[in-house]
Amino acid sequence: MVALCLDPLRQIFLSGVYGLLLVLLFVILQAPDVALSMLVVSTVAYPLIVLIAISRTRRERGKE
Amino acid sequence: MSGRQRVRAWIAAPVLGLFAALLGWGFSGAPAFGAFHGAYGELLNRIAVPQRHSTNVVTAIVFDYRGFDTMGEEFILFASVVGVVLLLREMREPAGDQDDPVTSDAIRLFGLVMMSVVVVAGLWVAAFGLVTPGGGFQGGVAIAGGIVLVFLAAGYRPWTRFGSQHLLDPLEGGGAAAYVALGLAALIAGAPFLHNLLGLGVTGTLKSGGSMTLLNWAVALEVAAANLVLYTEFLESYLVPHLSRR
Repeated sequence: MVALCLDPLRQIFLSGVYGLLLVLLFVILQAPDVALSMLVVSTVAYPLIVLIAISRTRRERGKE
Repeated sequence: MSGRQRVRAWIAAPVLGLFAALLGWGFSGAPAFGAFHGAYGELLNRIAVPQRHSTNVVTAIVFDYRGFDTMGEEFILFASVVGVVLLLREMREPAGDQDDPVTSDAIRLFGLVMMSVVVVAGLWVAAFGLVTPGGGFQGGVAIAGGIVLVFLAAGYRPWTRFGSQHLLDPLEGGGAAAYVALGLAALIAGAPFLHNLLGLGVTGTLKSGGSMTLLNWAVALEVAAANLVLYTEFLESYLVPHLSRR
């Protein structure tokens, strides 16, 4: 689904949702430590880096 | 669908089918959902609390039984962040007097509240790493995420106070060095590398776990600083040159 969605901004939200699903799976499987790691990485660190890159490409496209 | 796409689909279909069959065959031999056959895990589950006074067995494994592996992981993060810094800092021109102030009071207030909430939650997760699920890594990423909210909610000017390389670089290196220093301290004391030297404390309190507590805080510092260095480098290289000049 992430690959089928063409807008980068929507892709990053979708991948965040998948991260959250994985967190829920880890919680259900009684691995709270892994769930916490996944939570902070998939919802904080990773989207932030990608969002910065996306905003850069948008600015450059706006200039053209 | 154009003619070319149709040809591509016809070529892809048998290959995808083959991989799907392989995947199905592989899954058919997998153990039942939730089944666990690791004797090592069962053993550690039984001995970790009496041996190491840490009620979170995962942290006891990460910082004690497998403490050396964690040092390697810490240096993977350290080395990758150093790589990013080397790539981005060299190519960059020094930032001028750009600014991107946030004018909405609501966003500023919300950002400030969220920042304190996230940073306190991160500190809490790191502090209770030996008692409840969590630890230095998770707490460190959360602390960094909280601090970067300053940029999102208040703008570039207030952020530079936190996102300064003179502040963050020593913190990151210091966190990584503290881990190694704790390992070497054990060697100097005549014990194996990273041996748990300090008193183990009372099970279920913040002071339980001996050296693990210090290792945990070293990792929290290293991870928080490494993440902030990463965010700073990306922001300075990709966003700041495009902010409006004052």
